[in-house]
Amino acid sequence: MIGVVNRLFAKPWIWSFLGALLVWVAAIVFTGGYGAGGMLTAALSLSVFTVVVGVGQTFVITLGPGNVDLSLPANIGLASAVAMKAMNGDDSMVAVGLLAALGCGMAIGVANYLLIWALRIPPIIATLSASFIIQSIDISYGRGLQIKPPPGFADFTNAQIFGVPVLAILTVLFTLGAGIALHRMVYGRSVLAIGQSIRAARLAGVRVGWIRFLTYALSGTLGGLDGALLAGYFRGANVDIGNEYLLASIAVVVLGGTSVAGGKANIPGVWGAALFLVLLLTMLNTFGVSAGVRLLLTGLIIVVVITAAGGPKAPR
Amino acid sequence: MTAAWTAAAQTASPEIGGFNVSRLLRALLPALSLTLVLLAIAYLNPRAISYFGFTLMLNLAIPIALATIAQMFVITGNDLDLSIGTFVGFVGCVTATWLRDAPLLGALALLGCIGVYAALGALIYLRNLPSIVVTLGMSFVWQGLAILLLPKPGGKAPDWLQAIMGVKPPFIPFPIIAAVIIAAVAYFGLMRTSYGAILRGSGGNAVAIGRAGWSLLKAKAALFALTGLFGVLSGMALIGITTSADANIGNGYTLLSIAGVILGGGEFVGGRVSPIGAVIGALTLALAASPLLTFMHIPPDWQVAANGAILIIVLAARVVISQRGAER
Repeated sequence: MIGVVNRLFAKPWIWSFLGALLVWVAAIVFTGGYGAGGMLTAALSLSVFTVVVGVGQTFVITLGPGNVDLSLPANIGLASAVAMKAMNGDDSMVAVGLLAALGCGMAIGVANYLLIWALRIPPIIATLSASFIIQSIDISYGRGLQIKPPPGFADFTNAQIFGVPVLAILTVLFTLGAGIALHRMVYGRSVLAIGQSIRAARLAGVRVGWIRFLTYALSGTLGGLDGALLAGYFRGANVDIGNEYLLASIAVVVLGGTSVAGGKANIPGVWGAALFLVLLLTMLNTFGVSAGVRLLLTGLIIVVVITAAGGPKAPR
Repeated sequence: MTAAWTAAAQTASPEIGGFNVSRLLRALLPALSLTLVLLAIAYLNPRAISYFGFTLMLNLAIPIALATIAQMFVITGNDLDLSIGTFVGFVGCVTATWLRDAPLLGALALLGCIGVYAALGALIYLRNLPSIVVTLGMSFVWQGLAILLLPKPGGKAPDWLQAIMGVKPPFIPFPIIAAVIIAAVAYFGLMRTSYGAILRGSGGNAVAIGRAGWSLLKAKAALFALTGLFGVLSGMALIGITTSADANIGNGYTLLSIAGVILGGGEFVGGRVSPIGAVIGALTLALAASPLLTFMHIPPDWQVAANGAILIIVLAARVVISQRGAER
């Protein structure tokens, strides 16, 4: 038993789950146990959106220093508009709309990699420049977009089975798949290898360019998927719908135990960190603090957690 | 494999070349892009190229240039500040409230902000933390503080600050003089003083600087404190122009400042930055984003895209120039 516990505590992702548990307990102690289950349901629903982009960002960040996808918020915003326009409020068009959003996201991911490859610039700048342009396209394309999601799709994004959101169950399956892809498949092992040493990976015969291309395309596609789901969940597309996911996607990756230096990724931690962030907001809301205090405390807690967890140890 | 070789050849070429045309071109690229934007504006609307036109067009470029210089200091140390935008917003809120009503308290708060920045630098160094995450957290903190201080847009800039930002010097418009001063101060401080060389070295080769007996902790704290200082100046300048504040007023500056540094020829690693280039980059972004588009009759929707397009064009030009140098 003690052996199991010890092994559990050796996992880097356990801390984010413990943190999530801690803020949840603090919140229900405050409410006197009222709404404990509802809080978890809501947290699971909202975490899904962070987890989906967080997984994409995990793969990108694992590629090594300087790799980060800053175009996610703009991507989510545009995809949400594309999905709503393609679905046009019609239940029979849901599949088409989802495919359109996925395609839009993937195109953005491909464009990101083309910029990185053609201009040989750090990904952070390539995705930043791309996000400027995507943002403008979205403002121009999605202006005054009032289309509601098809009722079937909106119900699906809000559906629950015994208080567990269906989307959360699907996302757990998705993250299991992502974990297998990362640790057991050639693609994931290649991503890890590139993050540990791009030169060694290249000499070992890893197709570095191809793997990086796939990773940015994957991140973009997940951003597109997230945009469609968000538009369904919040009943409509919006230019600003993805704004909070720039910070959130990076924060969950790092708080979940993935190394920003690359080469070391942690998929379960993304779930733990996303639940932690959402439950933290829920807790602060139940305490009834103002928006300013909420932001202030969120920021301080992120800084304190990352300080306590410590950065990567100096290279051997 | 081949990619690695060509990359190696390209990075090596400036050293081998000695007097190298591509290197010179690369250094001139920021100025060249600014000139092109100015020529385009002059062609589209000749009347804009006047004392009054420049004062109007470049007014908001002063806070952007200051924020860009702030970002440049952290980039010198291989870090990135994702909180500079919300920090500028918070400084703006302090300027429009405390600095006017209780100047001593306001000044102390702003000095305290610089202290916080220095402490962040020390923390990042001591715990070997990723600066992206720490500053990400701080961006929430600054925004939260700004909302607490000024829940609704409002406040008023101190009169002396409005007077400074509204100065009308003879012949040369104030924003141009300000830009030259900012660039000159940053240039001499970072590129021409011995401690400036240490600071750049801490980004280029930290181990070497450490072995030579310099405190890397102090260098990191100094770089962050300088970022804080220029962030404070940026927020104050911004409020001097807009005269009232809003908690979200600086949010766009985070990405603009990073773009400005890169546009000006800075690089993310190795302590290779250019203060003059950074100021020119900021001016280019400020001009291209709104006056140029207005004269081209392009709707404001595409302002942000103009910044992205300029970044991509300049970076593409840089690649072309480097390739020329490699082929030689």
